[in-house]
Amino acid sequence: MVVVIEERVLGLTPVADADLGRMLRIRHFERALLRLFERGQLNGTTHTCLGQEHVPVAVSGLLDPDDYVFSNHRGHGHFLARHDQPDALLAEIMGRAGAVCNGVGGSQHVYHGRFLSTGVQGESLPVAVGVALRLKRVTPGRLACAYIGDGTWGEGSVYEALNMAQLWRAPLLVVVEHNGIAQSTPTTAQLSGSIAGRAAGFGIPHHRIESVDVNVIRAELEPLVTLARTESRPVVAEIAVHRAGPHSKGDDTRTPAELVAAAQGDWQPRYAEAFPAQFARLDEEQRASIGRIVDDVLIRPASVWERS
Amino acid sequence: MRVAEHLNEALHALLDADPSVHVLGEDIVDPYGGAFKITKGLSTKHGSRVISTPLSEGGIVGVGAGLALAGDRAIVEIMFGDFAALAFDQLLNFASKSTTMYGRRVPIPLIVRCPTGGRRGYGPTHSQSLQKHFIGVPGLDLYELSPFHDAHALLTTMFARQTPCVLFEDKVLYTRRICRDGLVDDLFRFELTGGWARVYADGDVPPGCAIIAPGGLTDRALEAMRELLIEHEITCVLLVPERLYPLDPAPVMDVLRGVGTVVVAEDGSAGGTWGAEVSRLLHPELWASLSGPIRLVSAADSIIPTAAHLEREVLVQADTIRRAVLA
Ligand SMILES: Cc1ncc(C[n+]2csc(CCOP(=O)(O)OP(=O)(O)O)c2C)c(N)n1
Repeated sequence: MVVVIEERVLGLTPVADADLGRMLRIRHFERALLRLFERGQLNGTTHTCLGQEHVPVAVSGLLDPDDYVFSNHRGHGHFLARHDQPDALLAEIMGRAGAVCNGVGGSQHVYHGRFLSTGVQGESLPVAVGVALRLKRVTPGRLACAYIGDGTWGEGSVYEALNMAQLWRAPLLVVVEHNGIAQSTPTTAQLSGSIAGRAAGFGIPHHRIESVDVNVIRAELEPLVTLARTESRPVVAEIAVHRAGPHSKGDDTRTPAELVAAAQGDWQPRYAEAFPAQFARLDEEQRASIGRIVDDVLIRPASVWERS
Repeated sequence: MRVAEHLNEALHALLDADPSVHVLGEDIVDPYGGAFKITKGLSTKHGSRVISTPLSEGGIVGVGAGLALAGDRAIVEIMFGDFAALAFDQLLNFASKSTTMYGRRVPIPLIVRCPTGGRRGYGPTHSQSLQKHFIGVPGLDLYELSPFHDAHALLTTMFARQTPCVLFEDKVLYTRRICRDGLVDDLFRFELTGGWARVYADGDVPPGCAIIAPGGLTDRALEAMRELLIEHEITCVLLVPERLYPLDPAPVMDVLRGVGTVVVAEDGSAGGTWGAEVSRLLHPELWASLSGPIRLVSAADSIIPTAAHLEREVLVQADTIRRAVLA
């Protein structure tokens, strides 16, 4: 499933404004969150997806509005790639009017349309299997997509879900954002064997993608997604990424060398270098847009939770 | 008709009436039809909506929640209620929370059925009554099967709440007769009011004592009441709620205000009990009319031994209830 796309600039294929714009939109959103935290304007916690923004942008290009998306603690990019509503998400995180879940769920618990995130690792996978089984029956061709990290492969629920999904042929796309670390623990200290081997144990097709190129990722994902849709079966896509930021706020215990390696794996400087004019234009656009959204949300009144 | 067949008929009726109803559980399809045969015949009649699952209690409750989230209705059988412990995360952190944590009402019509209780010699890990461990979870409702309540109506009520429910089903109760038309036996009659069964001795003597108990204790409570009436001339009324939590005592408050003694009996082990929760609700209301504190009857603070004579020492017997009334 290696995709050859001829034209490349510094190893990257030309990128559509829509994709790069969305990647930058997510980047500026996450940066804004960390700034708000530093200024003491955000309550609670948040997990930014800095360095991983291109994954949901690549995935969302292959999703249908009727597909379900299950997200996790690091879900802002997953949400923004599917729903271009940064104001509603920021309001959710800040507990302001217009919040997507009235400020009740916050950063990790968002349910909007067919997007649902929750904060317990691995818990969403069996739920996604149930949803996928209904989709298979009611709207064949639609799937449930679940994002998980490499650390989440420590949870038993993942295996219960994969087993049932394969037994019952549930159209389930598992997107593994393999950033090599879970909170502070490197994958080498928490995962024996491999994700490929684990998928193989269930007879589930698996493909690992090493590229940071959004087009390449999407192109390599496509056959898997098609398989899930047309043959109604689970598939596992493992995408190598780098967590460019801390786990949540200031909690990064990686060595300077590890941090340099993570920064080097980030898509952002590479796109900036390969497509300077396009990057600068979109970057400025998104910086300004997110800046306006932050200003707008900051002056909104508190959200209201109508308990029934 | 026995309670097991009655419940089986109720499941058939639900599947007949609504094509979105799914039943999942370990070994539930025919010819086996489930460890307690409650699901017998369902798969033959309703095919792919009745699914035998791998041994994955957490996983199948998650799948049931997913079906319910997306628009279906799901019933998940936990082979032995003890194993609901493995599904606690899905119930606590997903199914119950999801009904409210997204800032608006999200319907999750999910019923988790738990064959419960001892007196069958299955030993410490297959005999427990885990009700108390599920009390007080926001968005999670607890029900218990009784010989008085119609199982189909009960399941329909649970689905209508659009919130995850756990249904506890006493394993010995499965083998008992259902009670209908207000008749229990030669001595006792019953009536249903607001989700409660009120079981009383035929005659004009007003009861001096109320026994509140989940459906699974019915046989032992009735045996105690019979003895108390005949040997001690103490008239008791038995009150059996269909919903254990949240408990609504309003429909039986008048009965309770008329008695001096209230006993709450349950099968769970002592400490942090359902009865403690019931007393918390009732004491402020009944303080003036009670002759003393509400009396709590539960199993011992102990694991449940396997040998019948040892199991008897630990679990609630008719005599345990009788002695609590006489105390
Ligand atoms: C069941 C559970 N255990 C622990 C946590 C706390 N926790 C949140 S994220 C995380 C690490 C997850 O690692 P991974 O799946 O690799 O995702 P990443 O954070 O790297 O994106 C941990 C331990 C949790 N949320 N849920």
